Amino acid sequence: MNSRWLREALFGSSLARVCSTWLALMVLAALAGPALSPWDPQAINWDALDNPPSSSHWLGTDMIGRDLLTRIMLGARISLSVALIATAVSVVIGIPYGTLAGYLGGRADQLMMRIVDSLYALPFILIVILLVVVFGRSQLLLFAALGAVFWLDIARIVRGQTLRIRESDYIAAARIQGAGPTRILIRHLIPNVLGPAVVYATLTVPGVILAESFISFLGLGVQEPDTSWGVLIADGAQNMESAPWALVFPALALAATVWSLNMLGDRLRDQLDVQAARV
Amino acid sequence: MTRYLSIRLLLTLITFWVIVTAVFFLLRLAPGGPFDGERRLPPEVEQNLRAAYNLDQPLPRQYLNYLLMLGHGDLGPSFKQKDFSVAELVISGLPVSLTVGVMALVMALTGGIVLGTWAGLNTGTKTDLLIMGTANIGLAVPAIVVAPLLALIFAVWLGWLPAGGTGGPLHFLLPATALSLPFIAAIARLTRGSVAETLQEPHITTAMSKGLPRQRIIRRHVLPIALLPVLSYTGPAAAALLTGSVVVEQIFELPGIGRYFVQAALNRDYTLVMGVVIVYAAFILLFNLLVDVCYARLDPRIRLRS
Repeated sequence: MNSRWLREALFGSSLARVCSTWLALMVLAALAGPALSPWDPQAINWDALDNPPSSSHWLGTDMIGRDLLTRIMLGARISLSVALIATAVSVVIGIPYGTLAGYLGGRADQLMMRIVDSLYALPFILIVILLVVVFGRSQLLLFAALGAVFWLDIARIVRGQTLRIRESDYIAAARIQGAGPTRILIRHLIPNVLGPAVVYATLTVPGVILAESFISFLGLGVQEPDTSWGVLIADGAQNMESAPWALVFPALALAATVWSLNMLGDRLRDQLDVQAARV
Repeated sequence: MTRYLSIRLLLTLITFWVIVTAVFFLLRLAPGGPFDGERRLPPEVEQNLRAAYNLDQPLPRQYLNYLLMLGHGDLGPSFKQKDFSVAELVISGLPVSLTVGVMALVMALTGGIVLGTWAGLNTGTKTDLLIMGTANIGLAVPAIVVAPLLALIFAVWLGWLPAGGTGGPLHFLLPATALSLPFIAAIARLTRGSVAETLQEPHITTAMSKGLPRQRIIRRHVLPIALLPVLSYTGPAAAALLTGSVVVEQIFELPGIGRYFVQAALNRDYTLVMGVVIVYAAFILLFNLLVDVCYARLDPRIRLRS
């Protein structure tokens, strides 16, 4: 697989370029933003409570005078890293499960996919809330819990891919050479489903960002003085009549990021389908 | 079809049991218990309390007791809200949660299918672009963003609709709308793709070339096939909408069971948490079973087997 389709997906249209630029900006803001800002994201400023956007506070301040732009960048750090780690967890669970089901086929495959189907029907938000409540509010756990919820899609996609390439000549050749099932799985199947799995994982990232914001909104996720977009939106919603900017700007950051990710994810998937059709 | 459905029923029961078991042990694993509140109780009192609720017995014993109780249709007493049984609390909150969830589901399905079909029949046109562009934005704005904004605009600024509490169907309109928007978008996208794909099928070309009226082709030949993926999506969507009401109940201060859930989980009110999970799970599993029955009736590959 060469990288031309990747470039096409990420920069192939003006819309795609807008999305890529926005995401790059967000990543940059998450990494370097809080350090570059003249404001301390935690410092309470009694002289600037609920200030509207101005030249010193570009996006205004919150209820206790903290600079909103700085806090949105700090929130990006947590929202984005939760999403990335949870997605990684979902890929790590989903790929082996999906390839195994696809490779084994028959009864085992049916059973494994029925399990996935039944898990789809679970009240997941409730279970994540329970996990978070039960095991304390450690962020690491939040990552793991969300990842454990989102692996189902990946497993389905990977299984479908595996079913397709299982019958390929090179798998048959490997088998004739005497490669065992473990070797075929690890050396031949998993490397070949990795590409599609990662592409579909880009569509998992926005889902995780939304889920994290739900949980933080309920006050169960990230705790003060740390912050995430969900926490900022919750704070903004409490006070929206007098300070609507504190709701609108974090909400915009969240919506624009999720939207860009969805757009690019769709483009990546379409490009991948084109690739598959060519082969 | 009987065989297919009986397997499905069996799986549903197993899933239900797994949920009950998992939640039961998860809760007991949690640090803290229902009786370590603000005030430390004298050890004797705590001992008696624990004994009264059978919490002093070994865990497997407690688990069996709970299953037995459940078998008798009893959800037990609430540990925290004295004088109330879990069943009473659930019954008082359930109508609110169900109304919001069902309203949102109906809105999501009608809105999503109508918009998606419209876009799917006109792929590549301006209408299609407009609908899909809006849908993509809808996907990116979760209930926690839409709900406060709707409350601000329609309740605070315009004063058309109540911002919270209960008192009539109007009170549920904003919460249900906020909850359903991302799902209208998701269903519209799904329907559009499916309709566009079905239009390419040979039997549609045949129907067209026979000169059948377009309306009739769409209703009789396109939609029944195109809506199958939508039907299988309603299961997960219903689960997400029902449990999503946990969030909007918080925002609009609706007295549904979602609000009990968060509170009870934080308080370690074991029986109340279990009760809420069981009720949600029962509804979701039942709904999924229903979807499976519809699917089996619509899909000849399943209907005609055996």
